[in-house]
Amino acid sequence: MFTLTAILVDGTIYASWLFIVAAGLTLVYGVMRILNLAHGSLYAVGAYTAASAITWYLSAGHAPAGSYLVLLAAALAAGTVTGLLIERGVLRLMYGRDEVVMILVTYAVLLILEDVIKLIWGVESYSAYQPYQLLGRLQFGPMTFANYDLALIAVAAAVAIAMWWTLNRTRRGKLLLVVIHDREMSAALGIDVTRVFVVTFLIGGVLGAAAGALTAPVVSVVPGIGVEVIVLAFAVVVIGGLGSVQGALVGSLIVGIARAAAVHLLPEVELFVIYGVMCLVLAVRPAGLFARPAARKI
Amino acid sequence: MNAVLETRALSKSFGAVVAAAEIDLVVGEREVIGVIGANGAGKTTFINMVTGYLRPSGGSIRFRGRDITGLPPRQVVRAGICRSFQVSQLFRELTVLDNMLIALGMLREGALSWLAPLHTRAREDEARKVLERYTIERYADSRVATLPQGVRKLLDIAMATVSEPPLLLLDEPTSGVAAEEKFALMDTVMAPVRASGAACLFVEHDMEIVERYSARVIAFYDGRILADGPTAETLTDPEVRKYVIGAELHRDREAGCSK
Amino acid sequence: MRTDPGTRGFLIAAAVLLAAGPFLPKWLSYIATISLGYALVVAGVVLLMRAGLVSFGQGLYFCLGGYAVGAAGKYWNLGDAFVLLAAAVAVSVAVAALLGLLLARYREIFFAMFTMAFSMILYGLLSKSQALGSTDGFNVSHATFLGYAPVALQGWLYAAAVVLSMAVAIALQRYLRSGMGYAGDAIRENEIRVEYLGISVYRVVYLKYLVAAGLGGLGGGLAALASGHVGPDMAYWTTSGEFVFVALLGGTQHIAAAFAASFLFELIKTYAFELSPYTWQMMLGVVLLAIILFLPSGLWSLVARGREALR
Repeated sequence: MFTLTAILVDGTIYASWLFIVAAGLTLVYGVMRILNLAHGSLYAVGAYTAASAITWYLSAGHAPAGSYLVLLAAALAAGTVTGLLIERGVLRLMYGRDEVVMILVTYAVLLILEDVIKLIWGVESYSAYQPYQLLGRLQFGPMTFANYDLALIAVAAAVAIAMWWTLNRTRRGKLLLVVIHDREMSAALGIDVTRVFVVTFLIGGVLGAAAGALTAPVVSVVPGIGVEVIVLAFAVVVIGGLGSVQGALVGSLIVGIARAAAVHLLPEVELFVIYGVMCLVLAVRPAGLFARPAARKI
Repeated sequence: MNAVLETRALSKSFGAVVAAAEIDLVVGEREVIGVIGANGAGKTTFINMVTGYLRPSGGSIRFRGRDITGLPPRQVVRAGICRSFQVSQLFRELTVLDNMLIALGMLREGALSWLAPLHTRAREDEARKVLERYTIERYADSRVATLPQGVRKLLDIAMATVSEPPLLLLDEPTSGVAAEEKFALMDTVMAPVRASGAACLFVEHDMEIVERYSARVIAFYDGRILADGPTAETLTDPEVRKYVIGAELHRDREAGCSK
Repeated sequence: MRTDPGTRGFLIAAAVLLAAGPFLPKWLSYIATISLGYALVVAGVVLLMRAGLVSFGQGLYFCLGGYAVGAAGKYWNLGDAFVLLAAAVAVSVAVAALLGLLLARYREIFFAMFTMAFSMILYGLLSKSQALGSTDGFNVSHATFLGYAPVALQGWLYAAAVVLSMAVAIALQRYLRSGMGYAGDAIRENEIRVEYLGISVYRVVYLKYLVAAGLGGLGGGLAALASGHVGPDMAYWTTSGEFVFVALLGGTQHIAAAFAASFLFELIKTYAFELSPYTWQMMLGVVLLAIILFLPSGLWSLVARGREALR
């Protein structure tokens, strides 16, 4: 019984984190048809920026409660700046190329940013655990959970609701859906695709950086965290169906619970259970849970 | 008359949309049949079903007495039905000669070699001979992507016929080709067909071409066969005039305006 | 039988490399051996790329080959280099025979992601496997050659790598000009037409995947013998990314490009990593972008252009 509760709670926490990373990735793919490997770099930049900003803020003697605002501001700044650099600096030159080529382009960006991060922050680890400790722990029977982790669930839920609201209830969001579902139609409707691309990429970037920033208080931030995260996020997005936000939500829940189950029941498989699930889903539904393969007209 | 192809109650629906309904059709040996009908009338759907690109929702397809319903394209092709495409399906980045050599290697020889080169003197001679028959020999060394529409159409048809199939389905052989070149193209295409004695079904929007090249015409409308008979009869059928040819004239006029 | 120019080129290269072997400084013959192994893996990537498929998971077979060599030496006391390499190929092809059944259905980014996922599964398995040294991997015992245990092992490995990889290269460049080879180009350009030419695209892709896996295993085996160590990092997705990078660097027009690019890559990697460990990946990234933008057919297209100019 404990185990089951623990699996469910841990799984949901893990899923929340995954969803915040994957939501940005899938949105960018849906609108721009770019499977952005550099999303991992955005995550890493967000984590580093948040860790340094919080450390700086607290060492200046400000109220600890303000560190949450600092964290969010760091995510926003890191995501916007890095996102703009990537989109305007590189991707803009490559639009219209094959999807696989775009993977390679973003792979190149990832490689470059990995070293840029090392040049800015060095190779030692950073940590900013204060926001994590500040919230304390929740006693639940014989189990304890960190309140910060539980708050992460609320953040992910807020992101999900905000995305759903924007896409389905606002004019701009609906325009995005048009671009996702029918690119030719969107051009015919006179949608300014360049602007849509920039805005989408920035939203995706901020989400990626926010996921990193939110993780900064939980782990020590070290070189290579972005590289690890990106393949996980890929798995989630592929399971849900590329470009589908609902898919990312369901995908992260599946992956989150699966991983938590593995951690508690069969730790040997922890590292690859995610990819196992992904292969299983793709074998049954080749385009993921929430996407349909398109037939070619001849 | 021996039937080459026989379809019974062939139908296809995509969800609620019926693309083909109850198509009964018999094609005899050496018959050359024109197929007319507006866009969306089910002509291409019919060809796609017969050649296995689409699985029929119902009905059966027999080819020379053998049931080929539901076979994938490669097996339909091996059975002896070849097709050309409305939008030519070619290897764009390769040369015309390479396209032809691949077609010869795959379709006529049937097996792929692992180490023996595709380019051999014998095969190249053969490929050039076929290209010559289709009057595109001088483009042999050009990349397909650089060629005009008419040449691509001919190459597309030439590749489909290297195995000398008993039945050939041509999906709009003259689409995208300039009006003044259409007859020349059809002459080039039909000569080897007649010489080999294959049966041939071609989809065409131009009534003059239909009249000149086919003895029998089938008119499609809304996923059904509206009329099927000798050319003069079908083309003067009042329903065909109303639903099919009327639409075609309208289409021609539209095309004329846009020029 | 007449030898075609490609075959002659590789025979000459093999002769030159073998003759130069005894005079090479140790570090250079080491890099050469490693890069010959890499080149075989890259050749597999190139083979798939020519069929329009980008495998982001060739590290799977690189790693399997390496571990097969290591484990066969460790547990069964097998020592003969050729037996070990044969085992590496056999294990890789066997695994590919299974995975390929699924993978051959996928194209484009799905193929890329799926291959990546499989190699990450192996990475996860090996990282958690105590018996195989978990994240540290383990050392590979010294190889013998037909019962002879040479003192100057590296020289022998180098010679074996040259002979094997040049033989494979000759076969591969013949393969690329064969019906099967052209079938790859045909599938990249238009799968529908291939099906309508009576050929099963699935089957061709499956067979190509097997060949690529065999090459990956052989390359991994060679690299393991040369470096004397294997670890799960061989299956990490960034390793696979490197193979794709090298394949693009060289270009897919000629098998020789894979060998030239691998050697160049190893050389630069060794030195750049020593000189400036913090900007080495950045250089890779910039080069990759430059290739995609300005030289989409890879460095080999420069060679081809040079030949045209000389004609």
